[in-house]
Amino acid sequence: MNCTDLLSHLGDYFDEQLSSDLRKELQTHTAGCQHCRVVLDTTHQTIAVYKGNEIYEVSTELRERLHTAIMAKCIKK
Amino acid sequence: MPAIQSPVSEEVHPDVALVARAKAGDTAAFEQLVRQYERQIFRVAQHITQNREDAEDITQDAFLKAYQKLEQFQGNSKFSTWLVRIAVNESLMRLRKRKTSKTVSMDEDVQTDEGSIPRDFAEWRPNPEQQYNQAELGDILRKTIQGLPPGFRTVFTLRDIENLSTEETAEALGLSVPAVKSRLLRARLQLRERLSRYFRQKKEGQPA
Repeated sequence: MNCTDLLSHLGDYFDEQLSSDLRKELQTHTAGCQHCRVVLDTTHQTIAVYKGNEIYEVSTELRERLHTAIMAKCIKK
Repeated sequence: MPAIQSPVSEEVHPDVALVARAKAGDTAAFEQLVRQYERQIFRVAQHITQNREDAEDITQDAFLKAYQKLEQFQGNSKFSTWLVRIAVNESLMRLRKRKTSKTVSMDEDVQTDEGSIPRDFAEWRPNPEQQYNQAELGDILRKTIQGLPPGFRTVFTLRDIENLSTEETAEALGLSVPAVKSRLLRARLQLRERLSRYFRQKKEGQPA
């Protein structure tokens, strides 16, 4: 597996959809390739940092306002 | 021939009963669906439009449309996926109206190769949460995702932030599964590249 192959398998790797053979090939490649090791690790961190930090918080006040407005629009007499 | 018959028939999503009741005119059932998904729909709309007022309007409009078209919902997909699809379409339409972005269609972003080839190979140490406080980190994450083309931003939001499956994302966006996968990869790599500017390990003596 070369660096380009690794990129094309990255999505399936993160989704744990990679066959065990391909997974092993990928791990063998990253063991010897510092660049791909960093790309793999920092892409993983990219996903994790967005998952772990809700950047658009919905406050209780906003939620209530939204909810009231939605129901008023839908359930018109 | 099936080997072992499962005692329970296929698991039915709890929304199915709520949707059936709502279709029959039970507004309490519809209200429960609204409660379940209003935050998600708002977040999706805000991620795509990057505008809070627009996101509020879109959330209301999306639920109104869903309510009006409830009869047309056949239950071939999950109710939440159907709802997200409505919200995504409303959001993209809003972006088109605003014209702040050149590409607002899900199909037009494929042209760019930016970020497809990684260029920054610095490690992120210490991790982002240790380098910045919550408010600073929020600013960085917002600023960075805003820079993505809307099509990539949308796929990333549905898959990695809202945790929809690849298939659900494809359905919500009217894209094929391979198209979702390819956009997701580029979105992740572009974000990684841009975030590296903030999170890369600083060399000794280099100003932060």
